[in-house]
Amino acid sequence: MADREVKLMKGNEVIAHAAVRCGCDGYFGYPITPQSEVMETLMELKPWETTGMVVLQAESEVSSINMVYGGAATGKKVMTSSSSPGVSLMSEGLSYLAACELPCLVVNCQRGGPGLGTIQPSQGDYFQACKGGGHGDYHLIVLAPASVQEMYDFVELGFDLAFKYRIPSMLLADGAIGQMMEKVVLSPQKPRRSDEQIVQECGSWAAHGKGGRKQRNIVTSLFMQPDELEEVNNHLQAKYRQIEAAEVRYEEFMCDDAEYVLVAFGLSARICSATVEMAREEGIKLGLLRPITLYPYPYEPLKKMAERGVKGFMSVELNTGQMIEDVRLAVEGQTPVAHYGRTGGIIFNPESVLEALKNNLLK
Amino acid sequence: MKETIIIAGFGGQGVLSMGKILAYSGIMQDLEVTWMPSYGPEMRGGTANVTVIISDKRISSPISDSYDTAIVLNQQSMDKFESKVKPGGVLIYDTNGITQPPTRTDIEIYTIDAAAESARMGQAKMFNTMILGGYLSVKPIVEMEYVMQGLKKSLPERAWKFLPQNEAAIKHGAQIIKQVQ
Repeated sequence: MADREVKLMKGNEVIAHAAVRCGCDGYFGYPITPQSEVMETLMELKPWETTGMVVLQAESEVSSINMVYGGAATGKKVMTSSSSPGVSLMSEGLSYLAACELPCLVVNCQRGGPGLGTIQPSQGDYFQACKGGGHGDYHLIVLAPASVQEMYDFVELGFDLAFKYRIPSMLLADGAIGQMMEKVVLSPQKPRRSDEQIVQECGSWAAHGKGGRKQRNIVTSLFMQPDELEEVNNHLQAKYRQIEAAEVRYEEFMCDDAEYVLVAFGLSARICSATVEMAREEGIKLGLLRPITLYPYPYEPLKKMAERGVKGFMSVELNTGQMIEDVRLAVEGQTPVAHYGRTGGIIFNPESVLEALKNNLLK
Repeated sequence: MKETIIIAGFGGQGVLSMGKILAYSGIMQDLEVTWMPSYGPEMRGGTANVTVIISDKRISSPISDSYDTAIVLNQQSMDKFESKVKPGGVLIYDTNGITQPPTRTDIEIYTIDAAAESARMGQAKMFNTMILGGYLSVKPIVEMEYVMQGLKKSLPERAWKFLPQNEAAIKHGAQIIKQVQ
C-alpha cells in the first residue's frame, strides 16, 4: 500500500482533491449544503500556492456559472459545484455554455426538492440534468458516481469528455455520496496546461487572445438569422449523435441469467446491488443495470435484455419516477417497467427495494 | 467478514470521529470500509450518528437498517437503535445518561462507564477512544497495530501529541467494559 496514496475521505472532499490533481485552472462556487466541503477543502488545499489554480467564492450561483462561462471561453479547465436549488440558478448559464460548445465541469450534489426542500439526499434532478434544465435543444454529458472513488475518478473523466466534445459535463451525485467517507486512491499531480498547450488544443475556438491570426475567435450563442441558428442546432445534434454512439457507459451485475432487472444509478445502485444479493439467496433471478452515463443513456443493453425475455424491470430512484421514462423508452413496451422510490431525503434500504419488487413485479 | 456498526449519541461526544478512527483502522488493514454520517435535521437537533461498515469484500450498500453492533451513548439513541440490532448481535452502551436500559434478550449487552471514568481521570476528551477500545475488545475486527495507525491517520498533525493518551484510553476501555447479558 506504500506506493499508492490511499485515504479515507468524503465524496465532497475528493472532488476538490481530484480537481487540483487533474490540473484544473479554476473553481468558482457558492456554498450550499450538502456540498460545501468541496470549496472548504479547496480553501484548505490552497492550490493557488502550488499549481496556480484559482479558487473563488462568487456572490451567487448565477455569478459562479457565468465565471465558469468566461473561464471556459478562454479554453481554461474550469468548474463549479452546487446542490439542487443552486443548480437551478445555474440553468440559464448551462444552456449558454452548451450553445457555445464550451467544455467545463459542473458537480450537482443533489438534495431533496422541489423548492428549498431539504438538505438530505435525493435523485430528483435527473430530468433537470438529462432533459434540459435550461432552455433549448441541448445536452450535457451526465456522469453518475456510485462511490467515493468514482467521485474522484469522474472529475478527470468529466473534463476529458468535456474537452473531447466541447460540451459541459455534469457529475450528478447526491448528498449521501458527498457526505460519505470511503477508501480512495489518489492519482499523481498533473501539471496545469501551459498557455501554448491551450492554444494548441483550443486555438480554433477559444477567446485566448488573437495572437498572430487574422480572425478573432468569437464565443456567442446569439444567431438572429433563422438559417444560421438552425445550422447551429443541426451541428449540435450531430455531435450528440456521435456522443450517443461512442460514450455510453454502464455496469451490469448478475444480469446474464436474470429474469428481473433493477435499473438504478449512484447511491441507489449501491443499495440495489445488496438487494440483488438478497434476492439471489431466496432463489429470485434478479440482476442490476447501473447506468454510469445518464446522458448518453444505455438504451441498447436494456433493449437487448427485453428482447431476450427479461420478465420485468424496476427503476429504483430517490424520486417519484424520472429515469423510469428512459427505461420505458429502451424496452419499447415489450416488458413491464415498475418504479420504486422515496423522497423527502429518505433513503430506502435493500430490504424495502426487494419488498417493492415482490409487490410490483413478482405477484 | 462483514461488520455493520452504528455509533449514536450527542453531537460533541466524538461519535463521528470514533467512526472515522475505526474506518481508517480498517483501511490500514487493507479492508473495505464505508462511513455514512447523519448530517440532516437530527444533527442540527443535537444528536449524531454514523454507520460504519468494515468488510473483507467490496461493500454493496452503505445504507443499512440492521446492525451487527450498536454503540449507544444517549437515551434517544437507545430508543431508536436497540430494536435494530440483529438477533445475536451486540449492544454497547454508556450507563451515563441512560434512564431506560435495554430489554432485548436475544442480543449480547455490554456496559462501559467511559464518561465517568474519563472524567475521573481528568481526560474527558478520551471518552470516545475509551469506548472504541471497549468495542474492539468485544469485536476484534481490526488488529491493534492497525488501530493505532488508523488513529494517527484520522487525527490532524497538530493533535499527534495526544496519541499516547488516546492509545492508553483504547487499552483502558478494553479493561472497563462489562458484559451484562
